[in-house]
Amino acid sequence: MKLITAIVKPYRLDEVKTALQEIGVQGLTATEASGYGRQRGHTEVYRGAEYQVDLVPKVRIEVVVDDADADAVIDTIVKAARTGKIGDGKVWALPVETVVRVRTGERGPDAL
Amino acid sequence: MSLAAQGIDTGDTAWLLAATALVLLMTPGLALFYGGMVRTKSVLNMLMMSFVSIALVTVVWLVAGYSLAFGDDSFGGLIGNLEHAGMSGLGPGSVHGTVPTLLFATFQLTFAIITAALISGAIADRAKFGAWLVFVPVWALLVYVPVAHWVWGPGGWVLDRLGALDFAGGLPVEITSGASGLALALVLGPRLGFKKDAMRPHNLPMVVLGAGLLWFGWFGFNAGSALGANGLAAAAFLNTLAAGCTGLLGWLFVEQKRDGHPTTLGAASGAVAGLVAITPSCGSVSLLGALVVGLAAGVVCSYAVGWKFRLNYDDSLDVVGVHLVGGVIGTLLIGVFAEKAMTGGAEGLLYGGGLAQLGRQLVAVVAVGAYAFLMTYGIGKLIDKVMGFRADEEHEHTGLDLTVHAETAYDHGVLGHGAPVGASPVPSAQKVKTQA
Repeated sequence: MKLITAIVKPYRLDEVKTALQEIGVQGLTATEASGYGRQRGHTEVYRGAEYQVDLVPKVRIEVVVDDADADAVIDTIVKAARTGKIGDGKVWALPVETVVRVRTGERGPDAL
Repeated sequence: MSLAAQGIDTGDTAWLLAATALVLLMTPGLALFYGGMVRTKSVLNMLMMSFVSIALVTVVWLVAGYSLAFGDDSFGGLIGNLEHAGMSGLGPGSVHGTVPTLLFATFQLTFAIITAALISGAIADRAKFGAWLVFVPVWALLVYVPVAHWVWGPGGWVLDRLGALDFAGGLPVEITSGASGLALALVLGPRLGFKKDAMRPHNLPMVVLGAGLLWFGWFGFNAGSALGANGLAAAAFLNTLAAGCTGLLGWLFVEQKRDGHPTTLGAASGAVAGLVAITPSCGSVSLLGALVVGLAAGVVCSYAVGWKFRLNYDDSLDVVGVHLVGGVIGTLLIGVFAEKAMTGGAEGLLYGGGLAQLGRQLVAVVAVGAYAFLMTYGIGKLIDKVMGFRADEEHEHTGLDLTVHAETAYDHGVLGHGAPVGASPVPSAQKVKTQA
């Protein structure tokens, strides 16, 4: 199993969610996050005083999937999140040792 | 004897009753104006500093303040007497001009309240609440009351002897609060992280709502100062609207040129700067004068708020940059734009009065500014020595809302209800129960 983590622009969340539903992904977790990469922050001005805001608001999407589905899920997220402009985000995958469905106690791929 | 026979005018009285309520509304308005500009961790404390001033100043005013400010002069135009201490000798039948004395005293009280509250903006986020509770009554008695007597008291030296003009409080309210704010900012020192951390206003809609309430109440402040329902009140009313508008436009113009963006905070600040400047002058300048006074304040104050970063005094919410500077501009420009039709005599430079009135205005500005600054610095230092004026460093980091008032303004999420990580979400009532 793989944990796929995607950092995307907040307004792309709906696109990603819909695209994942269409390929049959059953669930995901979304978290509000802030960070920076190549996209710089922005400047705000209050009574003439400038403030540099370095951290840009992003959404972190996490999905755990079967090994066989990982590439398709990654491709789907990338396609749905892409705008072609700087700051589109990153997607990465990590191996997952165990997954348990809390309600039933099922383990491994059955719990997905 | 009926009240009417003693000279009470019902129209004047009706207007002043309404105007008094309008001015009182300015202090909660100021609380919102200031509250929106601080960070989430100390917004309640900011609101409380204004709100508690209503209660503190009212008590002081009724006990001795009114009598010392507006009682007959007892010494060289400097201070009144204690004849009306505890409001003794005043009842429903007492008359001041064409209005009940009790109403006049209440109207003046609302001015004293907002002047004290204004100072709090200079020491946002870092003052001990207990010290503020001591400071406000002492300051009201030793700083506001004498200056109010100088300017408006019977036989006061600024208006009655020197011949300076101040219709609605450029000297006692704006310059006094600004100079006092500067003094307290110096006594307390800058906020932790001043010039290093981003201290962004946490709620600009709140700032705009506050500015709107201030503007609304300002019509009571300025037009009410005519102490009657008459043409002078109408002229002051229109001047107040005009100067607020050009102040707003002036500030936005500077921002567009200098920073590239016209900001919401700039619009609110510009309107307030224009209103500050027209306060002393609304009863003496022409409409053209009002437009210029407001514009000058909007433009100059938009630069003046930056001085604190260069000169290293943390006047957190710009009491100096807006109220002191705006008050000085408005009080001095009377010497330029005063016209006979408004003042009934005195004329400014532009209307052929020469430099005489400008000179009188300058003397008044320097005297009031210096007195307020020095006295407040002394009072602040003394309180700091006796009980400490600056909040504990840990409290300042955590925020005064939680450490002083045991509250948080906003429920930020499901985990701790806005409390810092590790704080127990268990209500204290429950805690008490389990302990018992």
